Amino acid sequence: MSGLHEAVVRDPLILGKKDYHQMTEDICRPIEGKANKYWWASFIVAFVAMLWGFTCLAYTIGTGIGTWGLNKTVGWGWGITNFVWWIGIGHAGTLISAILLLFRQRWRMSINRSAEAMTIFAVICAGIFPLFHTGRPWLDYWMLPLANQFGSIWVNFNSPLLWDVFAISTYFTVSLVFWYLGLLPDIATVRDRCITPTKRFIYGLLAFGWKGTARDWHRFEEVSLVLSGLSAPLVLSVHTIVSFDFATAILPGWHTTIFPPYFVSGAIFSGFAMVLTLLIIARKVLGLESYITVQHIELMNKIIILTGSIVGIAYLTEFFMAWYSGNKFESYAFMNRAFGPYWWAYWTMMTCNVITPQLFWIKKIRTSIMATFIISIFVNIGMWFERFVIIVTSLHRDFLPTSWVMYHPTFVEVGLLIGTIGLFFTLFLIFSRVFPVIALAELKSILKKTGNQYKKKGV
Amino acid sequence: MAKRIYGIFDDEEILMKAIPVLRSQGVVCREVQSPFPIHGIDPIIGTPRTRLSITSFMYGILGTSLALLMVWYMMIYDWPINIGGKPNFMLYLNLPAFIPVTFEMTVFCAAHGMAITFLFRSKLLPGVTAPIPHPRVTDDKLVLHVDVNDETKMDQTVNSIKNAGATEVLLKSMQFS
Repeated sequence: MSGLHEAVVRDPLILGKKDYHQMTEDICRPIEGKANKYWWASFIVAFVAMLWGFTCLAYTIGTGIGTWGLNKTVGWGWGITNFVWWIGIGHAGTLISAILLLFRQRWRMSINRSAEAMTIFAVICAGIFPLFHTGRPWLDYWMLPLANQFGSIWVNFNSPLLWDVFAISTYFTVSLVFWYLGLLPDIATVRDRCITPTKRFIYGLLAFGWKGTARDWHRFEEVSLVLSGLSAPLVLSVHTIVSFDFATAILPGWHTTIFPPYFVSGAIFSGFAMVLTLLIIARKVLGLESYITVQHIELMNKIIILTGSIVGIAYLTEFFMAWYSGNKFESYAFMNRAFGPYWWAYWTMMTCNVITPQLFWIKKIRTSIMATFIISIFVNIGMWFERFVIIVTSLHRDFLPTSWVMYHPTFVEVGLLIGTIGLFFTLFLIFSRVFPVIALAELKSILKKTGNQYKKKGV
Repeated sequence: MAKRIYGIFDDEEILMKAIPVLRSQGVVCREVQSPFPIHGIDPIIGTPRTRLSITSFMYGILGTSLALLMVWYMMIYDWPINIGGKPNFMLYLNLPAFIPVTFEMTVFCAAHGMAITFLFRSKLLPGVTAPIPHPRVTDDKLVLHVDVNDETKMDQTVNSIKNAGATEVLLKSMQFS
């Protein structure tokens, strides 16, 4: 069985002296023990932020969309910015779990579980914005193709906004199923370690009676593979459709054919930044340094360089095309972006998204945990500003100078962003105390390949 | 009625070598339970190739057909509307605008159909009690299920399983969860 082991040339992905039982102990410890003070501190902060967000949401529902800073010219502002930002963040989870599975990248196994959880929570946060932006969220079921009494008129299948309804609901449910099927064996591990009968009963229900026979594993792996094959084009289609929300409009600044690939790489870029922000904290708080190593962080940073550079090229291409097209409105929209009243947003975006990720070419920076953490935050901010710039600067100066306005968010809109960040972290923190944050069973299957003490010379 | 006994192994490499040896001695190896997927065990234990991916393809085709039927009925047949001058009297003329929804419905049906089929096929549903012969079979122990047809050969079988590398042999399941 020499094929089971790997040569020393490749760096190990699992550090320290581990065996199967030790891995179970390490990864189940955060669930079984008491939460430490860092967990409680972050939970309280996140929970308060979430409550504030819900308060703002209640105010929006009770009083109406007029509580937001939108006006006749700028009909989409902070809310849709947040929606696109959150959806983009979600995409890294699917990329890690699906596309890296298809490419047989073993390092994904330490991070895919938490990245998939992040996908689900990010999509929940994203969904809030369009659902409440409708103004009358109690009528949101009108978006579904239901037979109705208003003259049997149907939803408009020509509209990218309806494509979004289908894309995001498919994306959410498929990600949820993918994540949960992957969790089954690990929930079974937790179930069989439970001491109290109540806990064993609950985890027993959640584990669906997982037994781990060879046939189950065979089917499990087949299902994972096919679901990855389905999720990979799905994730690309979702952000493509989100970009169609803009690109199919005739508005200068939105009406560009490079939007789909540009949005997808931007989504992966921001998603990896968020994975890094989360995992750098989580590995420390949950004590998982042997499983999420500096090598994992370095590999993610390399993907950030790649997608960040694609995003940078897209910015330049847009600008070039605006000039090269000879279209006055198009050139104006872009000059206004960079040098108009929202110049500060544009240059924040350019600095955070184009310049900071290029620092990762230096090995010292991309293997430094502190530097990675800081840069990942910069990227998150930059990608938020990218969506803000695309939406607000394209809208605020209309074709008629009489309708030129500025857009100022109100405290309600800011509160909603803070609230969704709170919701996201609250959900993630609860997840880290309830389910194993690392795909334990999958990681055990590569222990002998890549574990530190199983490495063999000359294999 | 054959009696089921369980050989407990610590290492998948030992287990994979043990199964052919035991079979050559006439021991009936039925199934393996393990805390993680053991790559390469399927041909050894004789797991048939699953047809789940074929079902996924069929569910996908179903999704495509349902989506096309839905958009045709709603946008072309029941209530055609002129939206931005887009052709609305034949499905194929307006098809480009319907591709995104059709694609999403295909993925939706293929993914969920296959996931549900998998759960039913492997009998994984909330409320099902898992047969766990050893409490650490989801942690670090590998369990080989062996059927003993002739009870007089029990001791002999137990010895061969132990000689093949099992750390212990359970004569009955320590049903755990």
